[in-house]
Order: sequence, then C-alpha cells, then structure tokens
Amino acid sequence: MSRIELRVNGRNVEVEADGRTLLTHALRDHLRLTGTHIGCDTSQCGSCTVHVDGKAVKSCTILAVQAAGCDILTIEGLASGRELHPMQAAFNDFHGLQCGFCTPGMIMMAIDIVNRHGRPDEATVRAELEGNLCRCTGYHNIIKAVCAGAERMGEMA
Amino acid sequence: MNETVANGKFGQSVKRVEDARLITGRGRFVDDLVFPGQTYAAFVRSPYAHATIAGIDLASAQDMPGVIRILTGRELADAGLPPLPSGWNLSSIDGTPARVGLHHALAVDAIRFVGEPVALVIAETRDQARDAADTVLVEYQELPTVVDLAAAIADDAPQLHDGIAQNRAFEWEIGSSAAVEAAFAGATRRVTLSLRNNRLIPNAIEPRAINVQWSAFDEAMTIYLTHQNPIGMRGFFAIMLGLPSENNLRVVSPDVGGGFGSKAPAYAEEFAVAFAAKMLDRPVKWTAERSESFLTDAHGRDHLTTAELAMDDNGRFLGLRVHTLANLGAYISTSNALVVSYMYATMLSGQYAIPAIHARVEGVYTNTCPVDAYRGAGRPEAAYLIERLANLAAREIGVDQAEIRRRNFIREFPYQTPLIYCYDSGDYEGCLDAALGLADYAGFEARKAESQARGKLRGIGLSAYVEACGIGPSKLLASLGGGGAMWESCEIRVQPGGSIEVLTGAHNHGQGHQTVYAQIVSERFGVPMDSINVVQGDTDRIQAGTGTYGSRASVGLSAAVHSCDKIVAKGRAIVAHMLEVNLADVVFADGIYSSAASNRTVAFVEMAQAAHGAASFPTDQIEPGLVATSFFDPPNFTYPAGVHVCEVEIDPETGVVEVVAFNAADDFGNVANPLIVEGQVHGGVTQGIAQALWENAIYDPDNAQLMTASYMDYGMPRADSLPEFGLCFWPSPTPVNPLGMKGCGEAGAIGAPPAVINAVCDALGVDHVDMPASPEKIWQLCRAREVS
Ligand code: FES
Ligand code: FES
Repeated sequence: MSRIELRVNGRNVEVEADGRTLLTHALRDHLRLTGTHIGCDTSQCGSCTVHVDGKAVKSCTILAVQAAGCDILTIEGLASGRELHPMQAAFNDFHGLQCGFCTPGMIMMAIDIVNRHGRPDEATVRAELEGNLCRCTGYHNIIKAVCAGAERMGEMA
Repeated sequence: MNETVANGKFGQSVKRVEDARLITGRGRFVDDLVFPGQTYAAFVRSPYAHATIAGIDLASAQDMPGVIRILTGRELADAGLPPLPSGWNLSSIDGTPARVGLHHALAVDAIRFVGEPVALVIAETRDQARDAADTVLVEYQELPTVVDLAAAIADDAPQLHDGIAQNRAFEWEIGSSAAVEAAFAGATRRVTLSLRNNRLIPNAIEPRAINVQWSAFDEAMTIYLTHQNPIGMRGFFAIMLGLPSENNLRVVSPDVGGGFGSKAPAYAEEFAVAFAAKMLDRPVKWTAERSESFLTDAHGRDHLTTAELAMDDNGRFLGLRVHTLANLGAYISTSNALVVSYMYATMLSGQYAIPAIHARVEGVYTNTCPVDAYRGAGRPEAAYLIERLANLAAREIGVDQAEIRRRNFIREFPYQTPLIYCYDSGDYEGCLDAALGLADYAGFEARKAESQARGKLRGIGLSAYVEACGIGPSKLLASLGGGGAMWESCEIRVQPGGSIEVLTGAHNHGQGHQTVYAQIVSERFGVPMDSINVVQGDTDRIQAGTGTYGSRASVGLSAAVHSCDKIVAKGRAIVAHMLEVNLADVVFADGIYSSAASNRTVAFVEMAQAAHGAASFPTDQIEPGLVATSFFDPPNFTYPAGVHVCEVEIDPETGVVEVVAFNAADDFGNVANPLIVEGQVHGGVTQGIAQALWENAIYDPDNAQLMTASYMDYGMPRADSLPEFGLCFWPSPTPVNPLGMKGCGEAGAIGAPPAVINAVCDALGVDHVDMPASPEKIWQLCRAREVS
C-alpha cells in the first residue's frame, strides 16, 4: 500500500492504494469519481480519458503512483456550479451522446484537442478522436459538437 | 439538422433532458455502485473451446488473500441452479422441437466455447478475486473443435452435445416450396448467390455488469443489472433462483451504456453471480472486462446462405428459394431461435412483390460464443441477401440497379407477403427517388470519371430495405412459438402539485426515452417538460413491461398516449363539476379546460389539484386522485423502410475501400424527435458500414480460439473512417399505433451493409464480395481485374 497525494478537480486528496492501482481505479474506487469510465482492458476505448497536468491521458494507462503530485481534471470538475463548460453544452446542443458511456472521455479529449488546435476543422477532429470509441453515435454529432465547442471556447478565451 | 428547442412537442427536435447528468459525470451505471459489505466476483474461464473438465483444484486459490468462496459448476448445479432457460420454442419441419443443448451457468462437465466460465471466485476486492481466479487449476481434456458451419454438419464432425447428431439443433422452413418450384419452372432468367453474413461482436462500450444484494431476513433479492429489459428479467431470475415469487425480487437497471441486443439475453454469468450472492448473503458485484465481453457477449449474424431468384425476361421477380445455415454458437441463447427464423426469413420478400418464396433455415451448434440478437437481429441478414440478389438481377437483365427495384416494388398497401407478414404502409418508389436525389445519383458518372482520373475506382450501391419493428402483436408472436406478452405498459401519475411521473417498462439505453416520453406527455397535457419525470428500469416502481429492443419505442409511447387520454378524460369530468356545466360541453386544448357555457377556465394543474382535493365533485361518481395505466398491444408490427445509397472509392494500389458518401431516405412513419432519430440512423449506418468493411469475428479454424478478441484485432468503426451522412425522412405514417410511428433504431444497420457491398461490387464490376470487404480481399480482386 502506498499513500499517494493528488490534486483532483482543484482539491488536494490522498489515496491509499496498492502500487499496481491504476489512476482510473484510484479515481473511481477510492475517490468515488465514477464519471470516468472503463470501457476496455487494452487502453483503446478512451472512456477513461482525464487531464493530467493539463493534457489528456487515458487514466487506465498510468498507475496512480505515477500521477502523484499531479493536477488531475476529471469530467466532474469541468462545470462551475450549474454552469456547464462550453464543450459540455455543445455535446447537449448537438446531440453528441446517446448512452453517454463514452461521453466523459470524449469531452475530456475534445477539450484537449481544442487546447492544442484552437479551432480544428472536421478532418482534424476525426483524426484526433481516433483513440476514443463510441458505439452509439456513429461519431457524426460528436464531430459537430466538438467543432461547435471549439468555437465557443475560442469566443470565451 | 432541424432547429433544436429545449421544450417542445411531438415532432420537434427537443434537446435531450437526460444529457445533463451524462455530460457532467453524474450518470449512474451499474459498475458505479458499491454497497456495504460489497464483494467482487471474477470468473475462471476455459482457455479451450472444446474439452471435458477432468478436475478442478481450488486449494491454492482458496488460500489467497481476501478469497471468500470459490464456486464450481458442479456445486451450483447441486445447490439447485438449473440450466439456462430458453426464450423461444421452435419446431423443425417434421414437427419435433428444437434440440436444445443444456447450458449451465458454470460449465459442469464440458466446455463448448473458449471463455466459457468454469468457476466463480468471490473475494473482498476486485484484484483479489482476479488474482485468485488466475490461480485456480483446472485440468481439461481437450476435444476436437468445429467452427465452420459446413464442417459442423458433416457426419464425422466433432459433436458438441450428447444426442444431437451433426450438431443440428433444428431445421425450420417457411413459405411454399411447391409454389417456388412452379415459379422456377415458369421463369426464363435466374440468378444464384452464395454468401456469408459475417459474425459480429456487439461491443456496447459499457461492459456487462451486475451487483446483487440478498436479504436473508426477508428472503428478498435486489439485482442491479445493466440490461435492456430489467422488468422482463425479473421473471427469469425468480425462476432460476427458486424464489417463491417475483415479489421477492427487485431488478434495477440504472443508466445503461449501450446494448444493441447484447444486453437483452439472460446470461450465464449473471445467474451465477446472483446465485452466489444468495449463498453468501453478501452483495456480489461483477463487471466484465472487455476481453470477457469479446468472448462471451452474445455475438451477432453468422449465416451461410445460398439463394436463387427466378425472373421473367423483364426482370420481374417470380420466385425466391433460400437455404441458410445459421451458426448458433455452442448453445441457443435466449432469443436466437426467434432471430434466425421468424425475424430473418419472414423479411425475405424485401420491398418486392415476389409471388412465391420458400426458405429453409438450419440451426447449427459450433464451438463458438452463442449468437443472439444484434442490432437488426435477422432483418439485416434478410435485407443483405435480397438486396444483393436485386443487384445481381440488374446485372443479369442489363438494367440499372434503381430500375430493377422500380420494376418489382410493392405499390399497394396493406400488402400480404407470402411469409406471414402484412406490410401496413409505405411509399417505396417515393423513398427511392428521395434517396437518389439526395445522393445526386444522376451526377455519379461524372464523379466516377473524376475518380478514374486520379487512379481510383468509384462505385455506387443502393439498398432498399424493409424491416419489422414495434414488437409486437402478442397473439401472433405466441402463435409462432414465443410466450406472447410483447405489449408495453405506461402509468402516468399526476401529483397534487401538478408534477407528473411517467412510468414505463421500456428501458432507455441511449434512445432518449426520458426526452421523448416527456415530449409526448407535455404536449398532451399542455404542461412544461420539466414538470415531467420519466421513470424506468426498476421493478419496485414499474409494475409491468417488456423492455427495449426491436425498435419498439412506439409501443410504449402508444401506451403513454392512452394513459394521457384517460387522464384528460377524467379531467373533463372533474372540470364539468367545477364549472357546473355539462360534460359534453367541456373541451381541453393547450393545457386549458374550458366550456362555451362558462367564462371560467381551468388549467391542467388546477384540475390536478382538484382531483386530489376531491371536494369539487361527487366522489361516489368520480374517484379522487389522478393516475392512469395503459397496456398497448399493437395489432401488427410496423414496417419501416428506406433506401440507402453508398458511394465508395477504392484505391487499387492498397485495396482500401473508402466510403466517400452515404445518403439515406427513411420511412419511419411519424418522427417524434428528428434530432434523436437522426442520431439513431447515424449510429446504425455506422455499424452497418463497419459490418461491410471492417468488423469480423474470426475463430481459428484449427482450435476455435477467438482471434479478434480485443480492440487491437477487431475492426471497430472510428471517427476518422467515416464520411458525413446525408439523411432525409420520407414518412408514411402507420395506422397500427396512435402516433403513426414505425421505429428507427435498427434501420441503419439493416440498410447500410448491402448498400456498401453493392457499391464495392459496382466499382470492381464483380458479382459478389463477401463481407467484410477488407483491403486484402479487395486488393486481390483489383489484381485479378488488371490481369483480365
Ligand atoms: S478504459 Fe482506458 S482506454 Fe479503455
Ligand atoms: S454514446 Fe454510447 S458509446 Fe458513445
């Protein structure tokens, strides 16, 4: 068991976990932040995507101990109070989700895409989402939502 | 896209109300739940596809940290867990019932597919359960395996089940072989086709999960289960667990992360976990890892079919003869006997007036994962066959693929096919023209020339599908071998303060029910959507229901309409007393009761208060309170139809097929919410394109190992491999339900595969390419083309 200090959604937290505990399990099981989902065991679905020190990371690909001291942002930390992050609002406006299971990972990835590309075109969004699987939407409206969310994030910046 | 609104009526693109929790991480999925005293389950799974179990050594595993109990199949059977129930009784041509291979929740003596569970470990933590499962020693005696359908019915094939020779579960037929013989005798032209409908793995992104609490004190169980039909599952679990009545069992499905059919069966693992929770008297949770999903979630499709279509010289279809070997996998999964028979072969008439049809389906066991309903469930297999045949017919006659369809379309409704179904309504040619317009069919030759100039091969493919949805008419289904009971219920409770609860046994797993039910009730009552709460997926709240599959939302929504009508009618009686006017003079519109005989009006909410107050009307004539329940059993299926047009570009250097355009005109009848319906089509079309080009579950022919058991090996559709879709609706509202809705959830997965393969064949100028049209296959065909 190790004691791991993290900063999650702006709060300092401590997790007592096995060395082998993945960040995703630390978030879900230890901190009960269950918005971060697990959709695979080969690090390919992207459902578990969070931000670690401002960059999108599949939280099933790193150990919790590797994230020690890092600043972690999960889907639960995006909205301020009742006010949605513009990317969250765009997913609602453009029907970018159906079952909603892939959605937290999609939104965290989408914000990372905008952080890196500004206002990406459709082709860029499609290429950048290659590591996030959605079985429901056919991606069509996710792409629209990400492009619209990028617009709105740009307007707010 | 239509303009979206936050509050709206039937037919408007209302933004989804369920999104709020799902986009903020507040969704509630089964794996998110942890109960006091929680334990965790892990399965020991067979690495072999066919073996007998010679022994199981639990000694070292039992000593592992945190291990509470390890259960084997023998132990569960001895403790009274029966084999899995079957959901459909199918009879063979000779009248004998299907030969059902017994399926134990945990294998007792024999293993029949790779990944079949052998033992169940319960431990204090997930990791401890996993570690101990890895330590269980099972001694297997390997047996020869069979994967291939044709090989499985050979005399010397390895036999999976005692007493089931040549692995044949049933041989079933539909239609008239004599009529078909006569049609062929009178035909001047014919085409024949052999094809494989590739096996698919559903891959809902949320894996299967269950968390079971047993209360020994009152002998009651609560099962949290990610499932498409939680209310219906209660009966299965009660029987399997030997509970004295369904009342001792509560099944709850909270948010469900996609299903596509794979969360409709009654699964082995879930029964084992529930039984273990009762034995242990502690909550037990199991969440499948993705590898387990690949190995054990019921797969889809897997047909080997030969067919012949007889025509006259003008290409008018005269007769159709079909023979299909359907791969059942190692056992008959809950609904699969239905899927491969009545959900498949009944649809073989397609959109065409074919006077004589006969189909024979043989269900065959192999050493593979059991197969069951997957998005479309039988109907995609039928549409793929008939739409491939239509294009072959066009080639044979020498007419355009649109023209051959025009010559054969059904034009008058209702239309009784030779295969039980009676199509209620449609406008097939109108839909075709709409789709061709959307796809700029006329401009194709110019685009083809442009592609050619770049060294690419371009092809265009049509498919004109029809399917049966809105499951279903209970009496008809019971007569075909089911248990009937395919209605849906809806209870509406209007609270004294005017807020409204809508309770229904349908269960959302991505379809936006919370929005659509609220839309309908809000419009009927003239109240805002945010005063309406839609409740699903909890047997303690919902009395009756049969779940969500087979694009059957119209059934539950029709029950909602009837409940609304009952409440509005009761309101009129109450308001007649409040206004002191005759009942016949009370009208209700836009949320307001009024009467020409009075200058007072009563809003819906005031009426609700009065209904509960019970002071303004005689309670010996009108009961207080405001609740209505309706059960809707549709008189017929609905028959959504549409035309999909796919355009592909093939790079002959690499064999890669790119879908460059995909357009669809669909008749879903009236559309409740275009935003949501378009989303359903996007998802369905994507799964259909993926079946045609990438997805394929491959078992090693030598040892029946699943070679496509991860996202590294299985061709999931990704964002970067798809075009933008062009969609339009071409509605012919159905008369079989009060909303005129037909259903839309499976359409894309049905219409797309033949459209894609027809386009690929068009580009290459070949008769047929089996799915998936992988680069290797296409590259070979391009080479052959160059040589010739
Ligand atoms: S769970 Fe992390 S990528 Fe799938
Ligand atoms: S919305 Fe269901 S997996 Fe993406």
